[in-house]
Parts: sequence; C-alpha cells; structure tokens
Amino acid sequence: MAQIVIKNVKKQFGDFTAVRQSSFTIEDGEFFMLLGPSGCGKTTTLRMIAGLELPTSGEIYLDGEEISQRPPSERDIAFVFQMFALYPHMNVRKNISYPLVSQGMSRDAVRSKVAEVSKILGIEDILDRPVGGLSGGDRQRVALGRAIVREPKAFMMDEPLGALDAEFREHMAEELRALHDRMGATTVYVTHDQLEAMQMGDKIVVMNNAVVEQFGTPQEIYDKPATMFVADFIGSPSMNFLKFHGKLGTGASALPMHGVDFDVPQTREPFEGDMAFGVRPEHVSLSGDAKFRAEVVATEYLGTTQIVTLNTAGGDVKARISSEQPARTGETVGLEFNPETITLFDRQSGRALKSELNEGVLHG
Amino acid sequence: MSSFSVTEPSNRTKWFAGTLVILYAVITMIPLVWIALTGFKSPSDAIAYPPKYVIGSDSEAGFKPTLEGYVNLFTTRTRQTQEFLDANPPENWADEIVRQYDMVIVGPSKFGERFLNSVIIGFGSTFLSVFLGTLAAYAFSRFKIPLADDLLFFILSTRMMPPIAVAIPIFLMYRQLGLSDTHLGMILLYTGVNISLAVWLLKSFIDGIPTEYEEAALIDGYTRFQAFYKVVLPQAATGIASTAIFCLIFAWNEYAFAVLLTTANAQTAPPFIPTIIGVGGLDWPAIAAGVTIFLLPVMIFTILLRKHLLRGITFGAVRK
Repeated sequence: MAQIVIKNVKKQFGDFTAVRQSSFTIEDGEFFMLLGPSGCGKTTTLRMIAGLELPTSGEIYLDGEEISQRPPSERDIAFVFQMFALYPHMNVRKNISYPLVSQGMSRDAVRSKVAEVSKILGIEDILDRPVGGLSGGDRQRVALGRAIVREPKAFMMDEPLGALDAEFREHMAEELRALHDRMGATTVYVTHDQLEAMQMGDKIVVMNNAVVEQFGTPQEIYDKPATMFVADFIGSPSMNFLKFHGKLGTGASALPMHGVDFDVPQTREPFEGDMAFGVRPEHVSLSGDAKFRAEVVATEYLGTTQIVTLNTAGGDVKARISSEQPARTGETVGLEFNPETITLFDRQSGRALKSELNEGVLHG
Repeated sequence: MSSFSVTEPSNRTKWFAGTLVILYAVITMIPLVWIALTGFKSPSDAIAYPPKYVIGSDSEAGFKPTLEGYVNLFTTRTRQTQEFLDANPPENWADEIVRQYDMVIVGPSKFGERFLNSVIIGFGSTFLSVFLGTLAAYAFSRFKIPLADDLLFFILSTRMMPPIAVAIPIFLMYRQLGLSDTHLGMILLYTGVNISLAVWLLKSFIDGIPTEYEEAALIDGYTRFQAFYKVVLPQAATGIASTAIFCLIFAWNEYAFAVLLTTANAQTAPPFIPTIIGVGGLDWPAIAAGVTIFLLPVMIFTILLRKHLLRGITFGAVRK
C-alpha cells in the first residue's frame, strides 16, 4: 500500500514528446484513473510508474522512495495488461504462481497463496486449465490473480476491460471496484472511456497531447473543468460552448452575451477577448418567454430524458430535458442556464477563467 | 446439392484437391522409393532391364532382397585365392555375402566416419546458427540498436551471391588459418552461410511475439534474460524449429565446399558417396544404400519438428 508522487515527469522518444512535465499525486489506497484520448501519454505515464519505460527527466516516488530509474522487478508493482499477457505456455495455476516463484517462495506457500487468490476471484475450478481456451472474463480474472497474488505496493492497469465485450465489461468493472475496495491497494488505471473513469475512479487525471489537463475527483472534473478539452471530453453529450466576444472585470457576477445578460459565478480575474460560455446540457432549460432565443433543430428521445439540439446566436446547444416537456423541431423557444454551474473559457488558450465556482480546483 | 458455402470447399473440390496432392506426393516419392529399393538389390538386379521392382517375387519384375549393398557400403574387401577361402570359413552373415564374389572383409569402410562427420558438422553448425541467430534476432527485435536496418541489410547481403563465388578466397584463408579439413572450420563456414537466414527468419518470429509477455515477466520480478529464456523462447519454438530445419538441410546437403575444403579428416558424406562409384565399377546398390542412410537423419529431424515446420512456413505471419 503506497502513495505515488509523480513530479515533473517527462518522456521523449527521439524527437517525439510522449509526456510533457507532468506532476500529480496518487494517495494511498486510491483508485486512480488516467483518462485521455489515445496517444495522449496516459499509457506511457503508467509504464513509467511501473518501470517499463524510464522517464527522460523528473522523479517518481513510491512510498517516499525515488524509483524512476529502477528496473520493474525492484519496484514491487503489479501490472495488468490490456491483452492480459498471460503466459500462453503455462496453465492458469502456473501463471498465477509465476511471480511468487521468482521470489523464491516455497512450494507449499505458493500453493496456499494461489488457492487463496483463486477463491477471491472465483477461479478455483479452472486452475489446471491451459490459458488458451479461457473466456475473456476468465483471462481477466487470471491476469488479476497474477497481479494480486504477491500483494504488491500498487497496481497498474492498462485498459484492462478494453478487450472485453460491452455487456461483460460493466460486470467486470463492478468486480474490479469491489476487489479494490476489499484490498484497499493503490491502483492506477488507464482508460480512454470517460464513463468508466467516472464510474470507478476516486480521482481522475485527464491527459491530452502529452499534458495533464486536470486532476481531481470525478465530481470536480465534471462540474468544474479546468480546460475546454476536459469539459468536452467528459460527459455525454459534452458541455455546450456558446461562443462570444466579451469583456469581464474581477468580481463580476453577470455578463452580456449576444445582447442578453446572464448571471455567472462571481469572476476572480479580468478578461477581454474571445470567450466560450460553458454549460452542461442538464443545466439548460427551455422556457417560452426567456430572452435568449433558440430554434429547435433536433430531438433525441432517451426514455426519461430527451436531448434537444438548438440553434442559437452562439452556436448549437444541446439540452437534456424531461421527456414530458414538448419540444418540436422548427419551434423557437427561450433558453435559460443554471447560473451557478457556468464556466467561462478563454477560447484562445482553452483554459477556464477563475471564478467563485472553480477557484479551489484550478491549479497552476 | 446441399447449401452453398463460400468458405467450405465443395466435396468435388476437396476430392480434386486431394487427388492432386496425392499424385504430387507419389511423383515426388518415386525417386526416393527407387533409391531405397536399389539399396536392397544385388548389383546385377540393380542394372537389369526391364527393371525389377517387386520385392521377393519370382516374376519377371521381381528381385530377391539382399544386404549386399549395405555390406559393401560399410566394408572394404579384398579378393582371395580359393585355398585361402577354403581354409577360412566365413565368420558372419556379412562375410558370407561377400564370399560369393571370392572376397573377404578386411575392415570397415570410411563411410561410418564420413557420416559421423556429417552429423557433427551438420548439427553443430545448425545449433550455432540457431543459437546466435536467436540472440541476434531478439536484440534486433526488442532493442534500439543504432543503424539496425543497415546492420540487417548487411547481414542479408551475405546471401546476395552464391557462397561458392567466394570459394577461392575462403580456401586460401582457411589454409592460412589452419581451418582446412577441420570440423571447426566447416561448422564455422556453414554457420556463416546460415546465420543471415537464421537472423531474418527468427526476427520475424520474435517480432510476432507481443512484448507484453516479457513485460509481464519483468514486472513479475524476473530479469531481462530470465524473461527471454522462460517466456520468449518457449513461444519462439515454432520459429526456432523451422529455422533449424532449414539450416540443417543446407549444411547437411552442402557439397561444393565440402569437396573443396575437406579431405582425410573432416570429409562429410556428400563428397564421399560419389567416391564409391570408383571402387571396382559402378556399385549401384552400395551408392543407393549410402544415399538412403544419408537421407534418414534429415527425415527424422523434419518429422520430429513437422508440426512446427508447417506453421513455420508462414514465416511468422500467423501466430497462435
């Protein structure tokens, strides 16, 4: 069980920078998600923590010990690969006991340890089967077994559910989370699936283009995005951005956009230029007499709610409203936004402007 | 007519394909069977016309099997006077066979020795090629080696001309180094020719093994070498086996260099077998017996590794 501190870590492959000066802290026992689109550097970051890649510069602390240049075998970290990487020439039992054999553990001890782990994972009856014929879920469990059997300081998981079909993935996600809660081991989990990250993580790091965009709890990241990328990447449908040009003083709590005044969380910095008015679809409401007018372009029925796409002066907006509420294509309606949830962005840099809402969350 | 399928060939296609394969196999096998049969004929049966090919039959085409060819292959014999033959009754069944020509066995021929040389040099160079090839292929496949592509091309370039083109320089070099007519010399030579094939073949096989397996082993607390030895090698078995077969076939059958570089000490079987022709006319049964025995090791080796070879022929394109 351990705390992991990533400090100014950078990784270059020749001229290509995979990870740029990243820093974050993973607390002991946390289920920590590394989230981002493919090629953003999340897997490289994970591999650096595990020792499969060595950082070009920067430090990695595991339990206060600097480990960034050590070989993986000296780090006491387990790794679950996306394709499971079970040793194909060994049966299930041998696969699980392999890490223990390397430690020189006695045969009896290995046997009882494997029995214990297989009981936790419910794979006692397949111990003597070859790994070749196993189903995806069983392979996943064996891979987990191999990881937890030697009780490492931390677990690294590289999209471990990516190879499973959708139906089973959900089940496995629950199983994984339950296993984590039971063992309480620090876990770093890489995924590109924002739903998975929100559902399972205690904390999330969002990465894009080799840079850490934001890290925090799922709620913080969802409600108080630090950049337009995070706001766009998290949530489905993603956050709406109404484009406008405006001027803003410190301490303002209202601002004019396309001729209509909107209440916003009190600002903490002045800004003038191209801005985006960020609002989540569930914080948009349709009302007949509101001043900000929009035309209904499309509706998507989702059962209890519906997603309504509207055309406004600031661009398209999606609203998640009750299915009961009528919304007909072609109709012109008024829009209102829940003022406490608004995030304003600098469209040039993509970063969120400091306000009453997000001042505790933004760093740097 | 049952339902039509795109992937499953129809019965007629299967039947046709099967017939073709069998026909091809029979045609390929005829010379081999003929050689094996000739090994058991007497010299006169071997050159009889019309040819004889039915074992033990009294018919026109039948012949009585005899081990004469094998005896002649493995022994040296001298012709003796009748008095000597009468005074010394035959000692064993082999002696008895040669008595019909008024001969006695005076000792073993060189064939056993030459055959052993072939085994030592063939398997020795195969082992060395595959051993070095595996290590080199692993390094090329997994590590960032400066100028790796150029090095691989350089390795391949040794195959861009027939090896025999450099026979004279090698002959002179070997004489200078004292490697002429030595086992070590021949092993090194065949390894030199085979190593490029081994590196290239094995590299493609090792490229096909996902690096995750080794990484899992590294994480599990093993060193890089242990990971290579315990995880990569077992999975590269297919590639190693097929590479070994190719290397062995080349080294085993190589004739030109063997003629040129070996004489009394390290001569292999291929240059020896034709020399049987010179001893007292054409002894076809003995030659055929020599060829039959010479074919056996490669055949056995290939049959043992057959299941790997079949997969290996796809050159690592398909794994699992």
